[in-house]
Amino acid sequence: METAPKSGRDVPPKKDKLQTKRRKPRRYWEEETVPTRDGASAGPPCNKKNRELRPQRRKNAHILKKSRISKKPQVPKKPREWKNPESQRSLSGAQDPFPGPAPVPVEVVQKFCRIDKSRKLPRSKAKTRSRLEVAEAEEEETSIKAARSELLLAEEPGFLEGEDGEDTAKICQADIVEAVDIASGAKHFDLNLRQFGPYRLNYSRTGRHLAFGGRRGHVAALDWVTKKLMCEINVMEAVRDIRFLHSEALLAVAQNRWLHIYDNQGIELHCIRRCDRVTRLEFLPFHFLLATASETGFLTYLDVSVGKIVAALNARAGRLDVMSQNPYNAVIHLGHSNGTVSLWSPAMKEPLAKILCHRGGVRAVAVDSTGTYMATSGLDHQLKIFDLRGTYQPLSTRTLPHGAGHLAFSQRGLLVAGMGDVVNIWAGQGKASPPSLEQPYLTHRLSGPVHGLQFCPFEDVLGVGHSGGITSMLVPGAGEPNFDGLESNPYRSRKQRQEWEVKALLEKVPAELICLDPRALAKVDVISLEQGKKERIERLGYDPEAKAPFQPKPKQKGRSSTASLVKRKRKVMDEEHRDKVRQSLQQQQQRHKEVKAKSTGAWPSALDRFVR
Amino acid sequence: MTANRLAESLLALSQQEELVDLPKDYLLSGSEDEGDNDGEREHQKLLEAISSLDGKNRRKLAERSEASLKVSEFNVSSEGSGEKLVLADLLEPVKTSSSLATVKKQLNRVKSKKTVELPLNKEEIERARTPLEQEIFNLLHKNKQPVADPLLTPVEKASLQAMSLEEAKMRRAELQRARALQSYYEAKARREKKIKSKKYHKVVKKGKAKKALKEFEQLRKANPAAALEELEKIEKARMMERMSLKHQNSGKWAKSKAIMAKYDLEARQAMQEQLAKNKELTQKLQVASESEEEEGGTEEVEELLVPDVVNEVQMNADGPNPWMLRSCTSDTKEAATQEDPEQLPEPEAHEVSESEGEERPVAEEEILLREFEERRSLRKRSELSQDAEPAGSQETKDSSSQEVLSELRVLAQKLKENDQSRKQKASSEGTIPQVQREEPAPEEEEPLLLQRPERVQTLEELEELGKEECFQNKELPRPVLEGQQSERTPNNRPDAPKEKKKKEQMIDLQNLLTTQSPSVKSLAVPTIEELEDEEERNQRQMIKEAFAGDDVIRDFLKEKREAVEASKPKDVDLTLPGWGEWGGVGLKPSAKKRRRFLIKAPEGPPRKDKNLPNVMINEKRNIHTAAHQVRVLPYPFTHHWQFERTIQTPIGSTWNTQRAFQKLTTPKVVTKPGHIINPIKAEDVGYRSSSRSDLSVIQRNPKRITTRHKKQLKKSSVD
Repeated sequence: METAPKSGRDVPPKKDKLQTKRRKPRRYWEEETVPTRDGASAGPPCNKKNRELRPQRRKNAHILKKSRISKKPQVPKKPREWKNPESQRSLSGAQDPFPGPAPVPVEVVQKFCRIDKSRKLPRSKAKTRSRLEVAEAEEEETSIKAARSELLLAEEPGFLEGEDGEDTAKICQADIVEAVDIASGAKHFDLNLRQFGPYRLNYSRTGRHLAFGGRRGHVAALDWVTKKLMCEINVMEAVRDIRFLHSEALLAVAQNRWLHIYDNQGIELHCIRRCDRVTRLEFLPFHFLLATASETGFLTYLDVSVGKIVAALNARAGRLDVMSQNPYNAVIHLGHSNGTVSLWSPAMKEPLAKILCHRGGVRAVAVDSTGTYMATSGLDHQLKIFDLRGTYQPLSTRTLPHGAGHLAFSQRGLLVAGMGDVVNIWAGQGKASPPSLEQPYLTHRLSGPVHGLQFCPFEDVLGVGHSGGITSMLVPGAGEPNFDGLESNPYRSRKQRQEWEVKALLEKVPAELICLDPRALAKVDVISLEQGKKERIERLGYDPEAKAPFQPKPKQKGRSSTASLVKRKRKVMDEEHRDKVRQSLQQQQQRHKEVKAKSTGAWPSALDRFVR
Repeated sequence: MTANRLAESLLALSQQEELVDLPKDYLLSGSEDEGDNDGEREHQKLLEAISSLDGKNRRKLAERSEASLKVSEFNVSSEGSGEKLVLADLLEPVKTSSSLATVKKQLNRVKSKKTVELPLNKEEIERARTPLEQEIFNLLHKNKQPVADPLLTPVEKASLQAMSLEEAKMRRAELQRARALQSYYEAKARREKKIKSKKYHKVVKKGKAKKALKEFEQLRKANPAAALEELEKIEKARMMERMSLKHQNSGKWAKSKAIMAKYDLEARQAMQEQLAKNKELTQKLQVASESEEEEGGTEEVEELLVPDVVNEVQMNADGPNPWMLRSCTSDTKEAATQEDPEQLPEPEAHEVSESEGEERPVAEEEILLREFEERRSLRKRSELSQDAEPAGSQETKDSSSQEVLSELRVLAQKLKENDQSRKQKASSEGTIPQVQREEPAPEEEEPLLLQRPERVQTLEELEELGKEECFQNKELPRPVLEGQQSERTPNNRPDAPKEKKKKEQMIDLQNLLTTQSPSVKSLAVPTIEELEDEEERNQRQMIKEAFAGDDVIRDFLKEKREAVEASKPKDVDLTLPGWGEWGGVGLKPSAKKRRRFLIKAPEGPPRKDKNLPNVMINEKRNIHTAAHQVRVLPYPFTHHWQFERTIQTPIGSTWNTQRAFQKLTTPKVVTKPGHIINPIKAEDVGYRSSSRSDLSVIQRNPKRITTRHKKQLKKSSVD
């Protein structure tokens, strides 16, 4: 690779020969009369382009590897010695001060790398190795590209920072509103709706629309930024929960008896009687599933794209009124009165996992957007943060004076807890760290006890539904500052929304794929594989992948006598045998070492024999 | 009449002599009878002869006295004719032939000649040569035993002579009665043996047991020493029972009952009775109900024992192994009975005559009985002798009563202790090894022992732990409880390490849930608390009370254990009941068979939640997800890890930049609509060919182009 530019400069006639040897592949639609040499110069074919790109990328990869080995935190600079004489020379004669592609920070690239290199692969054939290399190169390339495009995420999250030693929790909403610009200040508002009882609320996925339902039947949806009311109705029935479906045009309302679906005009579209006495609603946007938890103890998954119930699971734990979804893997978390939190997927009749969290019943559950942390609060007045990455152990625990009745995570990992009529917000150190429960980041007192909490996506806003209405409060650093314009665009037009809807429906993830590890699809079904192998061996009567016995090659000049052949065979056999012996010896030694390491802990006492 | 008598007595004497001379033939008592009858007949004849003296010489016809089916010359009796019939007369021809006279004479001469007597006979017997012989002769002489021809000792002869005819008759009558009785008894025994009614046997056995018990009670009142002996006997019997494994529902009967027990109430009851009996019998020093055979056994044992208390040590030494004793005695007895007919009669008779006034017939009777016994099995030895014997032994056993009393006291104490130990066992369910008591205060300690937790489940333990911890958390001073605990700890010592182990895992879980976490200082305290302080406190109290009872941890652990059990791979049992052995309802295949045909499931990989006490992870395979996964490895990959690496990077536009997405999804072959696709040619692949053969080769197998072919190709291309 390094020699490639040199050769290009030193020996121009060689290049010709090279070209003759490796001609550009001729496309069938190109005229056969076109001379090869002319073709090479005339139209820049894709392959050539590729060839040009490849050395660049390889160069890049090489450097990246180097920098990774050295573990340098600073941005590795692209070495300058790689200069293409042709490209250097410009029309004006000026030299490019930063030749080559722009440097990429390693950490960012690392973020986009998805191949798990922790496992050492068994020795592979050359062909396999080349395939693996190609895959790794592709990953490298795509991750570099993604890292480079991070530049486009212009917005940065901001946080409240107290002036030396000042407690941020003491800063009240009025102060914040005063400090921020008018547009942001307008995002803090109160809706005084004392008539129809405590409110539940829900923001649409784009964060543009807000729907809320009062216990006494008041249902309304509005564009909360412009404060434009979309609809306002009274369903004349108790409203337990309200949730937007995939877009702001559809609205699911859990009413006293059944689940109803309204459109953004307030027209009732469906009344789903198979979901009765629903207490909580969750919508899984990528699967188009509406999960409902009912008083009767059933967790029902309703596919809203086809209107079918995918699964109705009996949780066998009495009334269900604590539910949240894990946005990372679309697993539903249910809190039970026996202090456990169970994790559910529509593919399994039993919970995927059960975690004992509290001594009393669980009052609220929330999972952060990365699917790493789960916050739970129980009747024992404790607030716990669990690690969901396999261990399910509590990371931090705090006893709250009154216990938290409602919990919610923001997109950037802020945790809010509603305790009575007070809302406490905790923030973590960085984005990936769990919120530290030492000091609340912000507190706010409301005019009534909290009934619903949600952070607005892509906004630094927390919506609180309480008995006195709705409060939208400013929480700096809560929302993701950069939105994906193709995925959830707050400013999208109607046409764009329709377009997105079609695309989203096309990319709908099957409900069966919900499991604890969302990357399970990138894994081979080992059990079926083994089974297939076994069956094949049985069918054929022999193992086609088994190693063939050594067959000595025939040699000339009398060296291929039977005796020598046998000798050679024996040699190989002996070598194999020795290998085996060596391996077994090694294993034995290892075992011995392990035993020793165990035994050195403490001298066995004579009384140990009684230990059972 | 005197003459008559005389003749009779003489006859009897001769008969007796005959009998005595052939002691071996006492079995053949028929001969005796015959003799008797003959005498009678003779006597009758004599009377007739006398009566016929008065002139009327009437010849009486011979009459048949015995019945016979055929009247023939072979059954001729000469009775009544008054003269003897000799065979020689019958054989003789009516007329004497002169030709045979000489031969006859010769024969007569030969007959008249006496055979040569063996000269050695007397001298040999008299003179003993070897020391052993001398010894034997000495012994015989000492005891006045007959050495030579007369087999009766002088004493015997004297006694025989001393007996009168009446006495002899009386004896005979007695003997006959005894025989009859014996036969009755035998018949009765046979009949009883044939009775198949279990109930009857049960009743009999029970009656016997009751009787024995009553006797024992009486004996205890009357004769404590004998009672003690009896008690010892009972103890022996109990030991035997314990050793014999009887009444443990393992016999044929019990097994058959076990099958029926499921459906039949009676059978069940019978089984339970059996078990109760077993329990009763195996309990220490309880009055056991003796069965026949046991009695016999103990009897035999007792016979050997010296009755005095002084010798008890020895007895105890022998005690633990009743089998040895039994077998020993039975052996000797058997040997004795076997040898009886040859050797014993003289000494026994001797003994009898010496010890008591009783005479031969008694001994004879005994002999008879013993012979009878010999024919029967050892166990069914007659009671006659046994009944007689203890009475005799009892008399001798009357020793110092005080010692006996002290013995009894000791026994009573033992009994008490046993009772207590049984109670303890009952309290500790027998699973826990007996706790060594330090101070002898069982009454005080018993409640404590009863309080001890049964180690049936770990959950209780857990609960206790939890409670303890709760107490610690509350930091309530509980001196009483602590005292109890401290008392309890030494008792639990053997189980302590186990507990610790359990603790190690569980404490973790406890910590998870019960650690006092620092409370959050909040600026804005919820208003409710400020407004209604007391109510809040009340509420909190209520919550605590409400959740004090139901232990969340226990429930969870139970659930988890169940889930773990359910997810464990099951063993495959291939046993076919009834294959190679009897089968049926309630019959299980033998353990060996089951072990042989049990295919143990391989131990699965360790559970993910093995070390996470508060988590239960479902290990079931998600088949719905598996349906979407790749299940066949594509060509160049040999291991699934390799392939997984190549599919781990997403290629969708959601995860990639536009450029990367386009690049990742560019098709390998680009086609343009509307253009004709010509078939491939060698030139397209990169070879210029001239000869057809080359082309064909390439086309057929383009991969395997040998070097020779390449060379050829090159040449052709150069050309």
